[in-house]
Amino acid sequence: MTTMTQAGPAVRARRGRHGWGDRLLYAYTWLIIVWLCLPIAVMIAFGFNNAKGRLNLTWQGFTFTWYGKLFAVPDLTTALVNSLTIAVLAALGATVLGTLIGLALGRFRFRGQGALNLVQFAAISAPETVMGASLLSFFVQLGVGRGYLTILVSHIMFSLSFVAVTVRARVLTLDPFVEEAAQDLGASGWTTFRLVTLPMIFPAVLAGGLLAFALSIDDFIITSFNSGSTLTFPLWIWGAQKNGLPPQVNVMGTLIFLAGVLLAVGNAVLARRRR
Amino acid sequence: MRRRLAPYLLVLPGGLWLAIFFVLPMVVMLSFSLMQGDVVNGFQLTWHWQNYTDSLSAYDDQLIRSLVYGLLATAACVLLAYPAAYWIAFRGGSRKSTYLFLMLLPFFVSFVLRTFSWKFLLADDGIVLGPLKNAGLLPQDFHVLATGFAVVAGLTYNYLPFMVLPIYVALERVDPRLIEAAQDLYAGRAQAFLRVVLPLSVPGVFAGVLMTFVPVSADYVNATVLGGTNNTMIGNVIQNLYLVNNDYPQAAALSFALMAILLIGIFAYARALGTEDVLEVAAR
Repeated sequence: MTTMTQAGPAVRARRGRHGWGDRLLYAYTWLIIVWLCLPIAVMIAFGFNNAKGRLNLTWQGFTFTWYGKLFAVPDLTTALVNSLTIAVLAALGATVLGTLIGLALGRFRFRGQGALNLVQFAAISAPETVMGASLLSFFVQLGVGRGYLTILVSHIMFSLSFVAVTVRARVLTLDPFVEEAAQDLGASGWTTFRLVTLPMIFPAVLAGGLLAFALSIDDFIITSFNSGSTLTFPLWIWGAQKNGLPPQVNVMGTLIFLAGVLLAVGNAVLARRRR
Repeated sequence: MRRRLAPYLLVLPGGLWLAIFFVLPMVVMLSFSLMQGDVVNGFQLTWHWQNYTDSLSAYDDQLIRSLVYGLLATAACVLLAYPAAYWIAFRGGSRKSTYLFLMLLPFFVSFVLRTFSWKFLLADDGIVLGPLKNAGLLPQDFHVLATGFAVVAGLTYNYLPFMVLPIYVALERVDPRLIEAAQDLYAGRAQAFLRVVLPLSVPGVFAGVLMTFVPVSADYVNATVLGGTNNTMIGNVIQNLYLVNNDYPQAAALSFALMAILLIGIFAYARALGTEDVLEVAAR
């Protein structure tokens, strides 16, 4: 998710030379970070709120109750399960399709490459509202009922280009002679891919897959156009908020947040150790 | 032979997926935008171009508001992100990745949940405004929610990390020796910044604007949650026409008009900045 950049040798500690201007910028940077994290802190805190009734609006004391009653709201649980399974399946689908495109774009020159790049760029940058609306038009025209499958299909569609871009970037840095050497030594095309190419591009495949998972589990706009009566976690929150969100929403949000952060940090630590 | 077919075989499944579920729907939507009819009796393609003029004149308020909010939020993102990205890139030292990671933390929380979190924080008698009102520092009828300001602030909040990243990447690439060279040539610190660092970071700002302006202008989540009923954007209209009114032709026409306007805006902006091809910048 995050690319961890190593501090270049060019950046040396030159603090002190620039006095108060630097200190001001330092404070400013932290202010921005606090602003960015404020709603997250509120979300986490109110998962521990000893709220009475359905409203979770004012602080009424600390409790672990909601962690115990995490699955007490049945349709919220269903929505979360939908979100998680769709995200896993969409990530798998997008990773396979995107990796293949990334390999082709990084390794070969072929006819239609420009068109493919253009379509991918459009799929990455088109406004979500327009993509959601066009998919709905398409499904309506075909007479396809909206639901779990249409959500899955749309999630694979909008995330596969991100995987392709990530994998392509990695393939471009590889030495093609390594693969040729493998084939000179008698490895078949498939063996070469499995034992040589795949291990080399694996970090990018994994990063692309995680990105696709994150994009899918967070998506609201495209999903809202194509969900029919199926609910995902964000859609459930959207529908329920008129009556106030139960604390379970905060707890689930917190757990997803922690899982994501742990994955990202773990990935960064591993990457650093590998180096 | 196999070697020549290989790229096509690799591209085939994903390419088909994009063709069927991205390109084809756009074509279907284009045809919808020229149809007449209703859900019960079906829609017929009658090349009804009035869908465009009718919907644009009916919802011109929301369209203009979307573009204005989009511009304001994008500008706010640039102004807020630049100094922080600058500090991290030039003074972050060995903790650069940590600072960047902190800036990206919001991405680990659902977009919708974050926006609701702001609604909660800024509520009329909520944990920020409540105490201030009780202390008499603010009038009782003061409110932030249901204003245009709340919508722009929410959009800025949600898209700020998308601006920090590309600006940071551009600034990180600036060779500090160039700044030293400028100073050796008697440029003041302000001048070195304005004439060396700033021009070199333009591609980053450009990529950031590209990544924020389009989604921000088409967003309807922030307008719905934070803006109340008087600050709706074009995304709200499209969503409503599609999902509530089932008026597909008008909704399709509006969607296309929106995308066309955003695309034209981006290309005009690219020309004005004189940077390389839009695609080239985006590909990075």
